[in-house]
Amino acid sequence: MSTLAAYATSTGEAVQFWILGTVAVVGALCTVLMRRAVHSALCLAATMIVLAVFYLANGAYFLGVVQIVVYTGAIMMLFLFVVMLVGVTAADSLKETIKGQRWLAALCGLGFGVLLVAGIGNAALRNFNGLGAANTARGGNVEGLAALIFTRYVFAFEITGVLLITAAVGAMVLTHRERTERARTQRELAEQRVREGKHLPPLPAPGVYARHNAVDIAGLLPDGTPSELTVSRTLRERGQVRDVSREAMEDLKALEQRSEERLGRDRAEHDRDGQEATR
Amino acid sequence: MNPVNYLYLAALLFTIGATGVLIRRNAIVVFMCIELMLNACNLALVAFSRMHGNLDGQIIAFFTMVVAAAEVVVGLAIIVSLFRSRHSASVDDASLMKL
Repeated sequence: MSTLAAYATSTGEAVQFWILGTVAVVGALCTVLMRRAVHSALCLAATMIVLAVFYLANGAYFLGVVQIVVYTGAIMMLFLFVVMLVGVTAADSLKETIKGQRWLAALCGLGFGVLLVAGIGNAALRNFNGLGAANTARGGNVEGLAALIFTRYVFAFEITGVLLITAAVGAMVLTHRERTERARTQRELAEQRVREGKHLPPLPAPGVYARHNAVDIAGLLPDGTPSELTVSRTLRERGQVRDVSREAMEDLKALEQRSEERLGRDRAEHDRDGQEATR
Repeated sequence: MNPVNYLYLAALLFTIGATGVLIRRNAIVVFMCIELMLNACNLALVAFSRMHGNLDGQIIAFFTMVVAAAEVVVGLAIIVSLFRSRHSASVDDASLMKL
C-alpha cells in the first residue's frame, strides 16, 4: 500500500462504511429496544452480517467468512433455537424493579460511550500501515493466519481446543435431565386421560366453519364465536391468533342476503313462467 | 475517510451492548447484548490489525470468536436449565443460588 493510502481509505470504502455503519448501529439499537426476543435476535444477526462485511473491507478475509459461518450461521441460530424453546412464552416484564433504573442505565451508557469516544479521539493513531504487506507476505491472509496460529500462538490454540471440549461437556451436563420415574406406556396415558375426563377425542381443527383454514385462525362454533381449543397453545400464548369470527359472520350475512335475493328473483321468474304456461 | 472511524463504530456498538445489558431483563436478550459487545471488540481488533500492518489482531479476534462460541453454548444451557426450574427467562427471577 502506498503512503497516501496510509491515512485515508478509498471513496468506495467510505461510502460502504457510512451506509453499512448506519445499518449496524440501527441493528444494535433494535437488538436492545425490541420487545420480542425473536426480533432482537434477527436484528443482531443483521448487525453481525454487516460486521462481517467490515472485516472483509479491512483485509481480514478469513475472519469475515468465519464471522458469517460461526456467528450468523451457528451462534445466532442457536439463539433462535433457545428463543423458540424458552422465550416464546416468556414475555419481558416492563415493570421496573429498581426505581429509575432504566434512566440511570441509559445515563451510565451515555457517559461510558462519551469516555470511550473521547479516549479514541485523544489517542495518537497517526501511523496507519494497512494490511497489504502482511497479507501478501506468506501468499495470502489465510496462510499468514495459519503461520501465526501454528507457531507463536500454538499453545493458545491448543487451550481453545480444551475450552471447546469443556464447553460441549458442560452444556450436556447442564441440560441433561436424569429420568427418575418409569416412562408411562400409551395404555396408562389413555387410562389417565379417561379418568381425568378432560378432552377425550382429538382437538378440533383450526379454521372449521371459518373462511380460512390457516392454523392461526380459530375455528368457529355454530353460534359464530371462536373456539380456543382449535388453535395451538403456543400461538395463543404469543397472542398471534387471528379472529375472523366477526368478518365471517358478516360474510355469512351478505351471502344469505344474496342468496335470498337470487331465490326471490328465481321465485318471481318461476311464478311468471307459471302464469305464462297457464295462459 | 479516516480508518479510525471503525474504532468509533466499535465503541458505539460496545456502548449500545453495555447499555442493553443494564436495561434489559430477559436473560436471552442480555446474552445477545454481550455478544454484541464481543463483536464490537472484534471489530476494534481487526481495525487495529490493519492499523499496525500485522496479523496478530486478527488472531486475537479469532480466539475471541472461539471463546464466544464456547460461552454461548454454556450460557444458553444455563438459561435453558434456569427456565426449566423457574419457568421464566427473566434475570430478576434468578435471584437465589438454589431453588
